[in-house]
Amino acid sequence: MRSPRPTRSAGTFEYGMWLFTRISGLALIIFGAISLGIGFALGGRQYLTMPAMFRWMFFPNPNHIVNSNIPDVTLGWSNAFWQIYSMLMIFLATVHGFNGLRMVLEDYTKRPLLIAILRGLTLLLLLGGIIVAIYVILAS
Amino acid sequence: MELSRSVSILSGLRYRGRAGMLTWLLHRITGLGILLFVGTHVTVSFFGQQFGDDLAFAINSVYESWQFQIFVYFSVLFHAMNGSRLAVMDLFPALIRYQRELIWLQWLMFVPLYGLPVYIMIQNALSGV
Repeated sequence: MRSPRPTRSAGTFEYGMWLFTRISGLALIIFGAISLGIGFALGGRQYLTMPAMFRWMFFPNPNHIVNSNIPDVTLGWSNAFWQIYSMLMIFLATVHGFNGLRMVLEDYTKRPLLIAILRGLTLLLLLGGIIVAIYVILAS
Repeated sequence: MELSRSVSILSGLRYRGRAGMLTWLLHRITGLGILLFVGTHVTVSFFGQQFGDDLAFAINSVYESWQFQIFVYFSVLFHAMNGSRLAVMDLFPALIRYQRELIWLQWLMFVPLYGLPVYIMIQNALSGV
């Protein structure tokens, strides 16, 4: 029998990230399903390739979708709704992903100094990713 | 109780956690894979867009190939399905007793949801559509 996991008490950083991982994971699935459905409704049903569907699902902005051969791509996708939608998704996805990376790294690291350095590097990558993504969203 | 993290690779391989160990391992590998893929794709697209770098377009065309998409689809679908199962089990802790059955149900749903699109992708690729 395995020993039970240490319980997480509410209010700590680890508990917050544990909860955030669940909520953001479910939210990303729902967001992806909604923008895939709207991609179909805007004429994407004719171009069913896997990369095109991933483009509608996970980063719906004109710059990204222009590669998937949908006609009139700028009419449907270039407005504030999709800009906010993309930014929200980018925030959820990057924090979810880099928190996962942090958890994996901390599973195999013991020294506190190394953990602190790795946390700092992960935070830098997270911020860099968010800044690049927001630049792409606003520039397109 | 503190969990010991310093386990040798050999005893790690000998540990038999059955279905739950396989999904844990796959969740971790697919998660890191998605992070690596999305991270490089964003970086490379940024350089391609800003500086017209040839290497960037070459890497992105590999990412769009059907051979690569088979792995991407596996990772995203498995990570999403396994993550939903974990979230549902955390919402309703009574379900944790039936983890084995839930994992079987998950694989039962995963096989057609993964196999059918991949079958169509390979068929289209080989017939040159």
